[in-house]
Amino acid sequence: MPTADENPPRHPATLSDVFFAFNRLALQGFGGVLAVTQRELVERRRWLTREEFLELLSAAQLLPGPNVVNLSLMLGDRFFGLRGALSALAGMLCAPLVIVLLLATAYTQFAEASLVSGMLRGMGAVAAGLIVATALKLVGALTTNPLGRGLAYVLVALTLLAIAGLRWPLPAVLAGLGPLSVGLAWHLLKP
Amino acid sequence: MNALAPADWLNILAQFMLLSLLSVGGAISTAPEMHRFVVIQQHWITDTQFSASIAIAQAAPGPNVLFVAVVGWNVGGPLGAFVTMVGILLPSTMLSLWAGRWSAKHRRTRGVRAFINGMAPLTIGLLLATGWVLAEPFLRDSQHRVGALALLALSVLLMMGTKISPMWLVALGALVGALGGV
Repeated sequence: MPTADENPPRHPATLSDVFFAFNRLALQGFGGVLAVTQRELVERRRWLTREEFLELLSAAQLLPGPNVVNLSLMLGDRFFGLRGALSALAGMLCAPLVIVLLLATAYTQFAEASLVSGMLRGMGAVAAGLIVATALKLVGALTTNPLGRGLAYVLVALTLLAIAGLRWPLPAVLAGLGPLSVGLAWHLLKP
Repeated sequence: MNALAPADWLNILAQFMLLSLLSVGGAISTAPEMHRFVVIQQHWITDTQFSASIAIAQAAPGPNVLFVAVVGWNVGGPLGAFVTMVGILLPSTMLSLWAGRWSAKHRRTRGVRAFINGMAPLTIGLLLATGWVLAEPFLRDSQHRVGALALLALSVLLMMGTKISPMWLVALGALVGALGGV
């Protein structure tokens, strides 16, 4: 598949590469891991092209389960089979799990402090910006989409409107727009 | 923390495995149903403990699914965290592995290519919607609107234009917030 990236994707050498890559990105992922995952896997390590990342993320979002966890499982499995999937999962969850449980035991003492609520607000605003930036970066991957840029942008806008504007539930939006969009792609991919 | 009977543990495991299969869009989307089970039906934890569990997991590094471990921890200590995490992860993990392998094997077929390409714009639309949903509380809150929007715009610009790790942007947000700038 043609991609916009100049360098071909690389491949991790060992299982511990997989573990530490996901460990590293999970520990950087305050307020959501997705933005860091894109930066680490696509831009820094080049294990995936932007297009491949978008493909895996689309599959991960449709499947039940946490999106980044599904993505890490599928990528680890692609490189090293089941052992790779489990290494990715362990890297993603082990260290953050310990930290979050320590925080949970400490939280009750600091819950009321305005310092803490201010910090959470600031982190929340940045987290929103990170997600928006990740989406804007992936928009470039639509240039190679058989739907064509115009049609793809209309579908982006319709999804945004349905979820953020009309607050329709996610399964309803996927069930409504999904078949339409996949049907159009099927038609345009006519052999 | 409560003393739970073996039957309770099995009930927890079964409930969270069911939630796992329902968690399209991420584990957080099952929070209302999880709340109904552990707070309203079983009275294992309070409303406040449940909300705090989500807030803590969002502030901590790592995937948001870890809020499930905090809920489990509050329900039944270390074993509670273990059982709830196994429950929420096991079914979705097996399904993801199977689906990932199946689609890798058939990725050249017209059907899979139509599916992958057709879903791509929806995925981007969903990400933008998530950004909007996270930002919207700030827009409605006149006291914090300007500072929060400035931070949001700055983090978009720095993410697009530089190679800085998102972690430092979150740290900047925490600092600005702690100093009362948001």
